[in-house]
Amino acid sequence: MSFRKPSVLPGFGLTFGFTTFFLSAIVLLPLAALVLAAASMHWSDFLRVVSSPRALGSYRLSFGASLLAASINLVFGFIIAWTLTRYEFPGRKVIDALIDMPFALPTAVSGIALTTVFAQNGWIGRFLEPLGIKVAYTWLGVTLALTLISMPFAVRAVQPALLEVQRDLEDAAETLGAGRFYVFRRIILPTVLPALLTGFTLSFARAVGEYGSVIFIAGNLPMKTEITPLLIVIHLEEFDYKGAAALGVVMLTISFVVLLAINLLQAWGRRSRVRAAH
Amino acid sequence: MAASLPGALAADTTRPGQHTWMHSIVRWLFITVSLAFLAAVLLAPLATVFVMALAKGLPAYLHSFADPDTAAAIRLTLITAALVVPINTIFGLAASWAIAKFEFRGKSILITLIDLPLAISPVISGMIFVLLFGLHGWFGVWLQEHDISIVFALPGIVLATMFVTFPYVARELIPLMEQLGNDEEEAAITLGAGGWMTFFRVTLPKVRWGLVYGMVLCNARAMGEFGAVSVVSGHIRGLTNTMPLHIEILYNEYNFVGAFAVASLLTLLACLTLIVKTLVERTGYRRR
Repeated sequence: MSFRKPSVLPGFGLTFGFTTFFLSAIVLLPLAALVLAAASMHWSDFLRVVSSPRALGSYRLSFGASLLAASINLVFGFIIAWTLTRYEFPGRKVIDALIDMPFALPTAVSGIALTTVFAQNGWIGRFLEPLGIKVAYTWLGVTLALTLISMPFAVRAVQPALLEVQRDLEDAAETLGAGRFYVFRRIILPTVLPALLTGFTLSFARAVGEYGSVIFIAGNLPMKTEITPLLIVIHLEEFDYKGAAALGVVMLTISFVVLLAINLLQAWGRRSRVRAAH
Repeated sequence: MAASLPGALAADTTRPGQHTWMHSIVRWLFITVSLAFLAAVLLAPLATVFVMALAKGLPAYLHSFADPDTAAAIRLTLITAALVVPINTIFGLAASWAIAKFEFRGKSILITLIDLPLAISPVISGMIFVLLFGLHGWFGVWLQEHDISIVFALPGIVLATMFVTFPYVARELIPLMEQLGNDEEEAAITLGAGGWMTFFRVTLPKVRWGLVYGMVLCNARAMGEFGAVSVVSGHIRGLTNTMPLHIEILYNEYNFVGAFAVASLLTLLACLTLIVKTLVERTGYRRR
């Protein structure tokens, strides 16, 4: 094979062949079926499905709540990552391990547990109720669920970048008379900014597609608390496969754009780090 | 001094400016905000699972597992994971060997394609198999004529689970193998070892902790997957309900003890997953 460099190690044909075959069979061909199903629609039908008021309402909630959740994680992810990397306190290691819990915990469990905690008579919901804040069965609940399930992305993206900040630069700046906020703005923020943005994009990408945890806490009222993935499921249950595929293609397109943005951001991050090293 | 907690980082306590009142306030604020945030969105829901499961006492908790539908859901989840995890492990080993041991054109495209399922909504992951094998799907009529059921049956559940957990093992192994390099494998081959012998005696022992971690993550996602499986399963009680789907049914029937009892098993599985992760990291294996 001319497209690879020669190597003494055996097994390239076998492993590469198996990898591409399995990848095509399980991932690529099924995804092609989705695109084909949407492409076989007349474009006016496609437009009618993806721009119906109910679909537009679901985009507004899905993308709005995901943006909000990613922004919340941008702030709290940074605070948590900072706390875990800069301060020593009892239970730090346990908390550090627990950050990954939303990755390991099935989304259905997160969903019913969050709903119970934030329902009107729940542990936290009962204190919010007198303040007039309703979380469960509103867009606030959707945002909360999306915040929880995408939180590890934000923390884990920022943690290594914070470890990379050169502490002696901070010390030097402080010795030269810089205030803490100035040090933060001029030394810490530039180093962790690419990581913050990566964490934001990853959180957003995960939140947009989330289904399991949201449907329990959302209330699922059309136009109000109905997310796009749920609308896809409703189309499927009515055997409107093409309508579901059309909505799926819209979501996938946005996911691709987001993935592309992540890659560009990471390339930019690498470049700026290389510049900083020189 | 307040800052000299037992076990404090030595470098931190000796740094200048670490004992000022400003530093103490910022430090206190950051720790409080972090812990309050995590307590509200993470710890409270986790505790709720067990409190709700045990709300009517231990006998009621244990009794909920005697329900035949619950037992069937647990069995189906175990069968699914037992099929999916080994297959994806073999794939992960093959993919990481091809990608980490060789240089070829289009490598980064291949890696991106392997990661693709992570970027796709679980609902879409399930839907693509309905589009292919569902009654009104591409192969729906053919499958019905030959009396094969994929959607609303075990094969569909396994396929959808395989799709969503597809990258997990490969993602752990590729960076690890790239980091460890090829020198030892090349030495083994040059000294006359065969390909399989090199793999089992040289490569596998080197990457075993990464492999364990990848398999554990894959298993956790396989047992807990909701969206994708929900679309392909058809929710037939006792037949095509996995544990997460059964939680939904019990919860919507207001059988909270039953729902949270099943949820408590999955929560324990998640805790076990995190413990394995912590242990693996302690062996010195670091992600990236």
